[in-house]
Amino acid sequence: MTDAAVATPPRHGSLLSADDRTRRRNAAERRFRLYGLIAVGIAIAALIVLLSSILVNGSSAFRQTFLHLDIHLDEKVLDKSGTRDVAVMSKVTTIGYGKLIDAALKTTIEDEGIAVAGLTAKDVTDMISKEAAAQVRTRVLADPDLVGQTVSFKVLANGRIDGYLKGRVTQESAVRDSNVSPRQLHLADALREKGLLSRDFNWGFITAADASELRPEAAGLGVAILGSAYMMIIVLVLSLPIGVAASIYLEEFAPQNRWTDLIEVNISNLAAVPSIVYGILGLAIFINFAGLPQSAPIVGGLVLTLMTLPRIIIPTRAALKSVPPSIREAALGVGASKMQSTLHHVLPLAMPGILTGTIIGLAQALGETAPLLLIGMVAFVRDYPGAPPEGFFDPAAALPVQVYNWTQRSDPAFVERASGAIIVLLIFLLIMNAVAIVLRRKFERRW
Amino acid sequence: MSISVLVLIVLAVAAAGYVLARRRALALAGGDRRKLHSLIGYYGQTVFLFASVPALLLLGAWLFVQPIVIENRVAALITAADIPEGGSLDLVLSDVRRVAAGLDAVAAADGLSEADVAAMQADVSTVRDRLAGVGVALGAEVKPNVFKAATVYRGAANTSRLAMAVAVIAVALAGFGLSIRRVRPDFRARNVFEAFLVTLLIGASLVAVLTTVGIVASLLFESIHFFQLYPAKDFFFSLTWNPQFRGGSSLGIWPLLWGTLYVSFVALLFAVPIGMMIAIYLSEYASKRMRSLAKPAIEILAGIPTIVYGLFALITVGPLLRDYLAQPMGLGESSSSVMTAGLVMGVMLIPFVSSLSDDVINAVPQAMRDGSYGLGATQSETVRQVILPAALPGIVGAILLAASRAIGETMIVVMGAGAAARLGLNPFEAMTTITVKIVSQLTGDTEFASPETLVAFALGMMLFIFTLALNVIALVVVRKYREQYE
Repeated sequence: MTDAAVATPPRHGSLLSADDRTRRRNAAERRFRLYGLIAVGIAIAALIVLLSSILVNGSSAFRQTFLHLDIHLDEKVLDKSGTRDVAVMSKVTTIGYGKLIDAALKTTIEDEGIAVAGLTAKDVTDMISKEAAAQVRTRVLADPDLVGQTVSFKVLANGRIDGYLKGRVTQESAVRDSNVSPRQLHLADALREKGLLSRDFNWGFITAADASELRPEAAGLGVAILGSAYMMIIVLVLSLPIGVAASIYLEEFAPQNRWTDLIEVNISNLAAVPSIVYGILGLAIFINFAGLPQSAPIVGGLVLTLMTLPRIIIPTRAALKSVPPSIREAALGVGASKMQSTLHHVLPLAMPGILTGTIIGLAQALGETAPLLLIGMVAFVRDYPGAPPEGFFDPAAALPVQVYNWTQRSDPAFVERASGAIIVLLIFLLIMNAVAIVLRRKFERRW
Repeated sequence: MSISVLVLIVLAVAAAGYVLARRRALALAGGDRRKLHSLIGYYGQTVFLFASVPALLLLGAWLFVQPIVIENRVAALITAADIPEGGSLDLVLSDVRRVAAGLDAVAAADGLSEADVAAMQADVSTVRDRLAGVGVALGAEVKPNVFKAATVYRGAANTSRLAMAVAVIAVALAGFGLSIRRVRPDFRARNVFEAFLVTLLIGASLVAVLTTVGIVASLLFESIHFFQLYPAKDFFFSLTWNPQFRGGSSLGIWPLLWGTLYVSFVALLFAVPIGMMIAIYLSEYASKRMRSLAKPAIEILAGIPTIVYGLFALITVGPLLRDYLAQPMGLGESSSSVMTAGLVMGVMLIPFVSSLSDDVINAVPQAMRDGSYGLGATQSETVRQVILPAALPGIVGAILLAASRAIGETMIVVMGAGAAARLGLNPFEAMTTITVKIVSQLTGDTEFASPETLVAFALGMMLFIFTLALNVIALVVVRKYREQYE
């Protein structure tokens, strides 16, 4: 410390009152502490703002506006033959059903005595979602005996009307919006007073398939959740055994030589390769070279498996390493082979650590988006994939990619959907991490 | 025969092998287990492995190689005249695959025999309509050669499927037969079983090496392909990025590289001081209670997927910065900007930097701290003048690792930074990065053989080299530093 050579001025005054220099040093100390506190505060504030902005934007996606209508399912329109034969009835397209719903809404408006100045027929038609006809049709085809009766239905309202009830669309914005008129909003107010228009829990958001750009009210996460689940199954089935086997080899059997070094360096580098590079790998090898189908969960699962492997190997090796050597030696001492001591004693003792690492690796894989964009998971998929294993080859979406997809659409209603999808994703991640924490708390042994 | 059935058959053979091997071992030992070399289970497990593993490996290899071999055979049937103007062999081959799949669907739907399908060749013009009838839409009429190639493709695929089933079952039975014949009381089943298992373990650890080889190979081959179509000089030295899908585009990497580095720089400028102060505060000052609350909260930030950060940038941070900073100061009108992406990426990097710095700070020996306190230094003086200089190499390593994360990050910049390639200094303007362009050039229906698509592989190559170099340097630095104090 050369600074010590600098002469310190001799102290004057009392020991009880600090001199200038001490005061300055103490002030610097307090400032430094404050900086630290501010840094922690910024991080926690960022977390709170992040989560609350997603929650505020997305929670409304779980409630959806429905119209309650008594629809007369006219036999003349839906089943001219009168045989209730599904094959014949399916010839009637959604247009036919749309007209019935339309008529039902008109009658309801008349019956309830609602009068809105200047209301046109098109205004009334556009109150209802274009998807409603398809939903009614599906229900009628599933139960042909409904034809001829007047059945009460809960049909989706148009996305703009839904936005009005959620405060996204206002009278002022409606004047400028070509997709909705102020008259429709007045009508919505009137219907709401009569209890014919209400917001209910939106099961469709979780179970339905994606919908086109013009029907945000009908877009759901069903296909995406299924696709993500398929990919997680593939990742789990492949990466857990391979990862554990590789870790056992490297930790217990591998000789100390260059080859082993090479593998170890490789694994630590793979853990740091940007995820999008794995997407390029998937595109070049699995799709272009091996000819696997695009947007299929199998390709996504394989890519995510390769990405998750190093993330499973690293904690697994740590878990194996934390088992004390005395366990191995005791096993060897009573005549077990090296393999027996590993498989019968070390591995079971390391299992909680391995499972925790695997679940956290899976959680990361579940939230991964970039590589999936490159292997075609952005495609618009309306059909649910089939049952595994054949379903692994069907086109599907994935949760995080669905979020990205929705943010690319122009209708602001999709922002709400994207945030809602994030909430679903975060709930899954929360469950997985909670399981990992519980596993760790419950079974982890300190030696 | 479907693949799952085949797998089940192989497993059934192996399971039978397990049971029979146990019985045989016991019978040959005259019912006395003590005469066996190994525990009886090992005889069964050995036969199980020999019956199932080679057969399943063959199945996997066959499925991987089959499309390549068939494609080569089919490609020979396509003449230059069949490739439309501006198209490529790859496109025609994908047409062939689609026609073949369509023919399968037609045959299944209408119950046609193979002869009927072959007869369709006489009247190729109707094929398109028939395929459309089963939901296979084709862009153009089916050419005779394409149809012929499709029938060859179908034939080869069917034969190959059958040959595969036969070969896989034969291998399973051979493994079963050969290994069960070796089962005798003096057969060292445990040793054989364990040697086999170690081989499998080695195979599993090779997957990591294969992944690296796959990454390097796929990047390298397609990059070479790209540089054959587009001069490397322009890629590395041109200052404009302007892809035109009609050709004649300029694909200079500099605007992208600049955007990448600028966004990463803003992110690190935000994350490094905050992350380090958090690490210092939590390890030197915070009470136990505070640490137990703040640490998990910051770790939550690390567990949030990047798509969430991307959405946060898109719907919250971007508009906020635009309305309250950029527009009042007249700096820009765009909600996606370097600042938006940089700030949000900074938040993402905070836990990364803080946990790495935490490790580094904790590695500084307590004796150095005690020495400093003994000389009368305050805590902050100790941190600034003793701990940080001692930990400097480790901190540099941590910053390099964070930089490599920032450069490779995709979703935040895709949703927050914009798509306009621009060389500029204004942080409130939209700029674009390497990762954004990889995504935009490779998503959507693009023709695969054009330089505009292949450039993504060259960009990926650059990205891979950058991040790898940063990681290797960081690891070397950190390792040196650790050795210093151990």
